Amino acid sequence: MIYLILIYEFFKIGLFAAGGGLATLPFLSALADKYPWLTQDMISQMVALSESTPGPLGINMATYSGYMAGYNTFLEAGHSVWACRVFGVTTAFTATASLVMPSFIVIMIVARMLEKYKNSKLINDAFSGLRPAVAGLIAAAAWSVISITLFNFSSATFGGAFNFKEIAFFALMMVVTNVKPLKKLHPLVFIAFAAAVGILIGYTIGWGAA
Amino acid sequence: MSEEIRNNTAKEERTSLWKLFSAFMRIGAFTFGGGYAMLPMLERECVDKTGWVTRDELLDYFAIGQCTPGVIAVNTATFIGKKERGFIGAVVTTAGVVLPSFVIISVLTALLANFAEIPAVKYALHGRRVAVGVLILNTVIKLVKQKVKGFFGYALCVLAFVLVALPPVIGLPFRISPVFVVIGAAIAGVVRGLIMRKRGESK
Repeated sequence: MIYLILIYEFFKIGLFAAGGGLATLPFLSALADKYPWLTQDMISQMVALSESTPGPLGINMATYSGYMAGYNTFLEAGHSVWACRVFGVTTAFTATASLVMPSFIVIMIVARMLEKYKNSKLINDAFSGLRPAVAGLIAAAAWSVISITLFNFSSATFGGAFNFKEIAFFALMMVVTNVKPLKKLHPLVFIAFAAAVGILIGYTIGWGAA
Repeated sequence: MSEEIRNNTAKEERTSLWKLFSAFMRIGAFTFGGGYAMLPMLERECVDKTGWVTRDELLDYFAIGQCTPGVIAVNTATFIGKKERGFIGAVVTTAGVVLPSFVIISVLTALLANFAEIPAVKYALHGRRVAVGVLILNTVIKLVKQKVKGFFGYALCVLAFVLVALPPVIGLPFRISPVFVVIGAAIAGVVRGLIMRKRGESK
């Protein structure tokens, strides 16, 4: 029963939440109002967990909610904690697979159409407008990450601050990722390095904003 | 026709399913935040290292991912897998990008629910965020240098940036959804194409 609910709900979210993982958040919040196995407290914990673990946000959040659905439903039914954890993994899988399914189907159809019409003037014209605009959108995404990290920028308070340690580290990373021999390194290396520096500074002089 | 078939078979010999799966597993396992934060990794794994797609195609997939349902990282994975190995390729890349998240979240939720509260995790995340900002910025610089050309290109690029980034900066209470920017840019491209062709005809 819980499996059918999850398939229905997450297929629906996957179908209607366009524009990336965070777009699923309002839908998940609505689930918490509707079902006993998910609460608003869990939602805020879910967001924190999803942001501090790797992978697409939408997938992380679907896995978390699916897990909670199974775990809490079977706990309510009187199963042992370990059995509930196993059930949780099966419902997590159900939710995640259901979330992915609609976009998988849509993309398969779109990909086939693109192949078919890739020589059409109309499609090529449309993409000639899309490419520079997407570059602009990516720049906007970069700005939102950078403004939060370096300037604590928040539109709610309409203000911010200069986080000097973060700014200095940002400048250093900008140089490191662009000098000749290091430039070719895998992005992973830079991310791992930055995480290590983050821990080091956090435990020694401390981050201003963290 | 026969050449096309030969090209296709040559391609299928080149890209093994395991390579597709492992590349997308790396992308899923080591990028935080998904979506745009994945772009530097996608670029390295799918453009520079393997040549599975061009930078243009990657941008196209992002544009499409912006207005189709679902998680952008997953949409892009599906596209690239489909392009390289058809249906089975799409299944493999999609599974690859989802698997690390699924395993990590399941394990942490079961055993370490307060993972996000651990100081070391917070500090690492803080450092990583700086690196992600740097990596995306580098990607943006490269993209603008290579892909944005002419007045039309720069105008659209700046307009898209301003429309999405500006409202929160100047304290406006609303956001402009990237979906509208994408649709608007596509229409602008089509209109420009029509005008240019008409001019070409009249000459």
